[in-house]
Amino acid sequence: MTTTEVKSEQKAAKPVTQLGDRIFAGSAKGAGIAILVVLAGVASFLLIEAFPAVTAPESELPGGLVAYVGPLIFGTLLGAVIALVVATPAAVAVALFISHYAPRRLSQGLSYIVDLLAAVPSIVYGLWGAWTLAPLSVPLSNWLTDNLGWIPLFAGPASTTGRTMMVVGLVLAVMILPIITAVAREVFLQTPSLHEEAALALGATRWEMIRMAVLPFGRSGIISGAMLGLGRALGETMAVAMILSVSGAVTFNLISSENPGTIAANIALQFPEASGITVNVLIASGLVLFVITLLVNMLARYIVERRRDFSGAN
Amino acid sequence: MGKSVEAKDLNIYYGSFLAVEGVNMTIKPKTVTALIGPSGCGKSTFLRSINRMHENIPGARVEGRLELDGQDLYGANVDPVGVRRQIGMVFQRPNPFPTMSIYDNVIAGMKLNNKKASKSELDDTVERSLRGANLWNEVKDRLEKPGSGLSGGQQQRLCIARAIAVRPDVLLMDEPCSALDPISTLAIEDLINELKNDYTIVIVTHNMQQAARVSDFTGFFNIEGTGKPGKLVELDETKTIFSQPKQKATEDYVSGRFG
Amino acid sequence: MTGTGLEAPASTTPAVLRRKGSLPRWAPLGILAATAVVMAGVAAATGSGVGLWAFLTAVVYAVATYTTSRVVEGARKAADRLVTVIVTGAFVLAMVPLVSVLWTVIAQGWERFDVTFFTNSMRGIVGEGGGALHAIQGTLIITGLAAAMSIPVGVLTAIYLVEYGSNSKLSRAITFFVDVMTGIPSIVAGLFAYALFTLLLGPGVRFGFVGAVALTVLMIPIVVRSTEEMLKIVPNELREAAFALGVPKWRTILKVVIPTTAGGIATGITLAIARVIGETAPLLVTVGLATGVNLNPFDSRMATLPVFSYYSYATPGVPRDPFLDRAWTAALVLMLIVMILNVVARLISRYFSPKTR
Repeated sequence: MTTTEVKSEQKAAKPVTQLGDRIFAGSAKGAGIAILVVLAGVASFLLIEAFPAVTAPESELPGGLVAYVGPLIFGTLLGAVIALVVATPAAVAVALFISHYAPRRLSQGLSYIVDLLAAVPSIVYGLWGAWTLAPLSVPLSNWLTDNLGWIPLFAGPASTTGRTMMVVGLVLAVMILPIITAVAREVFLQTPSLHEEAALALGATRWEMIRMAVLPFGRSGIISGAMLGLGRALGETMAVAMILSVSGAVTFNLISSENPGTIAANIALQFPEASGITVNVLIASGLVLFVITLLVNMLARYIVERRRDFSGAN
Repeated sequence: MGKSVEAKDLNIYYGSFLAVEGVNMTIKPKTVTALIGPSGCGKSTFLRSINRMHENIPGARVEGRLELDGQDLYGANVDPVGVRRQIGMVFQRPNPFPTMSIYDNVIAGMKLNNKKASKSELDDTVERSLRGANLWNEVKDRLEKPGSGLSGGQQQRLCIARAIAVRPDVLLMDEPCSALDPISTLAIEDLINELKNDYTIVIVTHNMQQAARVSDFTGFFNIEGTGKPGKLVELDETKTIFSQPKQKATEDYVSGRFG
Repeated sequence: MTGTGLEAPASTTPAVLRRKGSLPRWAPLGILAATAVVMAGVAAATGSGVGLWAFLTAVVYAVATYTTSRVVEGARKAADRLVTVIVTGAFVLAMVPLVSVLWTVIAQGWERFDVTFFTNSMRGIVGEGGGALHAIQGTLIITGLAAAMSIPVGVLTAIYLVEYGSNSKLSRAITFFVDVMTGIPSIVAGLFAYALFTLLLGPGVRFGFVGAVALTVLMIPIVVRSTEEMLKIVPNELREAAFALGVPKWRTILKVVIPTTAGGIATGITLAIARVIGETAPLLVTVGLATGVNLNPFDSRMATLPVFSYYSYATPGVPRDPFLDRAWTAALVLMLIVMILNVVARLISRYFSPKTR
């Protein structure tokens, strides 16, 4: 009785369900394709708008595009590398502390705080760097140039405002520290407890266990976290724009008032007032930044893929 | 309810790989048919082809005919979704929907398909299905609790109740007791004995004692080697298969002398 | 060579099981207290500051602990203790600037954290007073538009990748380019939106929707990634259970797969919103700043909290202080919004995960 009713209903409903499936699958696929279209749009619109800068005559753009972007690339890389060098060891230590040293109850709260700090807007770090850290750095800069002035990095003369590449690097380090820590912590926590127990069963101390089991397992995680942080540091705009006093000089001197700018900060500072060929030049420099971060991401992926086979994670 | 299933020269492929070859089988209505055989012999694949579940794996396809009371299940205008409404399935591990209560799990087949039904109809369906699955007395006081809070055996009976709530003609069971303890297994086996009054049941099992206990007919699948297709070696009444099978391979397998 | 590893020469400890000396439990704290007191004396004598004192204490403490442990417990234990000191020290050192950031923003932003700030705009304000109502509204409108565009696209794309793509060429291409998108610097996203609308509407366009497009470019990959992860967690058995009941695939996805992981998806989306709501650079180049309330994202410039904060700081008027105060308060409000979104995300994931009991 009921069965036959159900059957006839199904017959009637059948094309409808197929239609529903087609529509749903189609829109899901459409969304995916839309992303590809958007990305193709990003690339092509930027290229179109950047092109006039490449062909600009000498009269409009003295020295050409390379002379304009070159120092900026240098500054971008310098600031990001300082940040990476400072932040990575600290982040690994913080991640180790959270995953293996802190009491369990404390470690949960700490990881929550780290996640929260990773989300703090960059404008906040910019204000802090310009307001708090820059003045604080002046005595340190003076001491560095007095005592370690023979190292080119600290040649001086020390800036009196503290708006130096060193402060920028440190602020960027503070910004990317939570990001690297979050990634490294996740990986450390995923170390197979069998590996850890095997090390402890061999009579290892805690440090030896970490060196034998945790760090080798987490190496690719540390690298990918560091690359993620590097990508953020390269593209960071506001913190740099608010802190650095730019002269356009290409120098490794980190504590003087003569500093190279960075691509992103330069765009933020120049773009609102820019017109004509300057807009195209700035967009071209943005493209260069995009390519640099893309290369960093590719490198990170390559390293992680290559290391995966040796990490012992299966 | 309870219809016959008939396979004629059925080949099942995954892409270019022939997984099961040349199955000819008639399953009589309102009987229990057990499919036994070594791992990888294609018995689960065959079971899944009966309600076209194997099509969820990309590249899966069949050749030959599969009929439900003479109706071609793989006809050009047959919707696999419709096939599955007539042929229910119970899986290896109990899989109640975690977001739904016991009550909602039973009527999931109707709810998910937006079938309109009055509250009293739904209540009737829930009670009928849970009684049919021998679960009513254990859960009638907590129908609004999540289904995932039940024990493994209860969850599996809930899944059976869910399957029979949509009144299918055939019930497929893919090793329904392999994740359960002996007492829950016994409860399911008792249930299978009662269910065959209404449904045609096909059950895949690794446990030969179970096949002997619950089934009227037994089919033995075998495979000659890795990469070769699985084949139906023999299908007969269960007592014949276990006492005097016609094929040497069947005898070796049921007597435990399998290579 | 101090022999920090297991390869420490066994010859020096012939009997492995021999009970070695060990420091009492109070030893680390005792050494630390002693070091701190001594260094306080040194610092007072030389007239150096708190920072230098803390630094010297840490260094001397590390050396003292290592030496003591080395003598009493042996090289391996000593190395272990030294690393503990270094890790803990690095942790404390790293926490200093982070705590300082939070403290500075709260202390500086508190000054103008008043009713006027949330009810007034900057229209007609040259000195004290005024507020960021227009900027808060602008931030909410632009972020809301970005979310409205990126959530459907992102979630549907993730559904395509997990449920329909099954490693096809298209799905691999999407996965790859979503990865590429993750690395787009925010200022480049701003430039893209600017370039797009320049080509459509002519040079110099600045209005809210352009900023929303820029934020969408930043938000989509985050939504796709997190939703994808969540959909992958849903066990295949649930999909099969629904299919076996004769439920079509699209209903299975909508009514079984997504409800099962709705909490996770919502958490990911909330975090994505928190991530883009604080973006300054793309809005700086696409939306600019306005002094008054503008609720129409398709017409003229619009204020947003981060850009408002930036300009108040970078180009203050005279007197300077009211502008700086407003900059800090805007940053504080922005940070609070981000933190609230993070807490909301936590609560969603805690309360909306499927119940088992």
